[in-house]
Amino acid sequence: MKPPRFVLARGRFWVGLLPWAWMLLFFALPFALIVKVSLSTPELAIPPYVPPFVMEPGAVLPQLRPDLASYRRLHDELLALGTSGADLQYLSAWGSSLLLAALTTLLCLLIGYPFAYHIARSREAARNTLLMLVMLPFWTSFLLRVYAWMVLLDSSELGLINRLLLAAGLVDAPLQLLYNSGAVLLGMVYSYLPFMVLPLYANLVKLDQRLLEAAADLGARPGTTFLRVTLPLSRRGIVAGSMLVFIPAVGEFVIPDLLGGGDVLMIGRKIWDDFGPNQDWPMAAAVAVTIVLVLIAPIVLLHRHGRTDGRSSGRNAEAGQ
Amino acid sequence: MSARSRPGATAWLLAVYVFLYVPILCLIVFSFTAGEITTQFDGFSLRWYGELARDEELIDAVLLSLRVGALAASAAVVVGTAAAFVLARFGRYPGSAAFAGLTTAPMVMPEVVIGLSLVLLFTHPLFAFLGGRGVAAIWAAHTTLCTAYVTVLVQSRLREMDRSLEEAALDLGCPPFKVFFVITVPVIAPALVAGWLLAFTLSMDDFVLAAMLSDPGSTTLPVLVFARLHHGLKPEINALATVIVAVVSLAVVVANRALLSAQRKRAAALRHAAGISPMDAPAVTLPNTHIRR
Repeated sequence: MKPPRFVLARGRFWVGLLPWAWMLLFFALPFALIVKVSLSTPELAIPPYVPPFVMEPGAVLPQLRPDLASYRRLHDELLALGTSGADLQYLSAWGSSLLLAALTTLLCLLIGYPFAYHIARSREAARNTLLMLVMLPFWTSFLLRVYAWMVLLDSSELGLINRLLLAAGLVDAPLQLLYNSGAVLLGMVYSYLPFMVLPLYANLVKLDQRLLEAAADLGARPGTTFLRVTLPLSRRGIVAGSMLVFIPAVGEFVIPDLLGGGDVLMIGRKIWDDFGPNQDWPMAAAVAVTIVLVLIAPIVLLHRHGRTDGRSSGRNAEAGQ
Repeated sequence: MSARSRPGATAWLLAVYVFLYVPILCLIVFSFTAGEITTQFDGFSLRWYGELARDEELIDAVLLSLRVGALAASAAVVVGTAAAFVLARFGRYPGSAAFAGLTTAPMVMPEVVIGLSLVLLFTHPLFAFLGGRGVAAIWAAHTTLCTAYVTVLVQSRLREMDRSLEEAALDLGCPPFKVFFVITVPVIAPALVAGWLLAFTLSMDDFVLAAMLSDPGSTTLPVLVFARLHHGLKPEINALATVIVAVVSLAVVVANRALLSAQRKRAAALRHAAGISPMDAPAVTLPNTHIRR
């Protein structure tokens, strides 16, 4: 017989207390602070902002006096869209972030889908090793993998690719390979490819072979089978992988900083600059709020697909036992 | 069909693996150069490994990263396991959906946003008791991020595991906490180990959170490497990369072997237990229920 209900309930309270308290203190509360600071006024102080609360004389509770300057700045850029000569640094950073994240996702999908498909269709004994080889670069230092591309793409005659091109006589002068959006895109695809491959593999490896055989028996050509059976059945893997690449890619800061030089401004870098050198924390917080708002839709999409996928894989594991 | 597409499949797999590994192999090859240039092989030498071993700033950063990583991973396993238990066993209660969102959200938030939010917490006058920015702040940030990953790993293991073992122990009058440590923990141990290792590497590798939350006395390895990358490329960084790749490869292979053998042992033990329990269970449970009433 199980212990009485109240014993369980008390036990549950204490078990739940630690994770609840931790996540509230170190995740939920800091988020509330972002919203608060985004409504504050920047000031030369420590911390460098004046809170949006004012204590009126005689009042019991402090009054909220939000300073909307940071949001107004973003709003004004939106209104100035199309005007020539307007200062659109935040909007253009947002634009290039979304574009680069979308292109990264697309390229990862185009490279990763056939890759994951072929791993899932390879011999069962080889799959584990093949997957581990995908994971291995992912477990080594992210910064050093970006550094590797700095060495390869270096724009002087010392860059590895430039040396090869010069030695082969294909070019007369070293190409400008580093410090442009192409280099950033390459670095992002390289870094995020495992995030796309793993959920796709998890999905494709469960694909029922009999469905493909049935399609072939009924006269479907391989291309038709792929488009009408494999692709629709792997939709969940595609969505999960794409969101796992897109979401971090939007906020990426390190890769554009190291491979993009000064020219490629992305929104994660704007936060970094406002937080660091510019000391405009309210602006950084306002931009962070816009990032969260923009990413809500992809996060919900990922959550829905990831969760259902997890449940069905759990069911499969149970059935397999 | 698969036999016909074999050559194309092999070529595609090969091409992507080349894309993944050529940059890393280049780093390794040029770590053994004798010269100053990262892309020119001026004869074999271990010069840069010597420089690495004498670089005290770098060694301090490595030691700090190892310490923060181990502490954050351990804390994340504790908090994450508790969170996974709440998610997998407590069913629905007021706030359960919010809790599910709260525990996994750090995984899908851009790090810059998490970093900024935590800086605001640690610099807030009301939370001065947390000690401001520094090593403890980096530890707390890494624990929060890693907890999300550990929670997902452990939760899926808890949902997969055979509940009847826990129920049997509870029926026999074992207190819930003892059931957890004697029955549940050994069964989910592979997930705990995998979670710890994942958390450790995440913490060792994190630059954004560590950079935003560091003060002058707390330079972790990624923060130092990032600063040096802005001061030009030196083969010493290649040597560091080679050491990291070697250590990680070894650790991954060993961990993979250990996890596989643990899984096999567990499966064998469960088969063994399942073989005898159907007969024994009623005989044991009934008298005990009687006594407790």
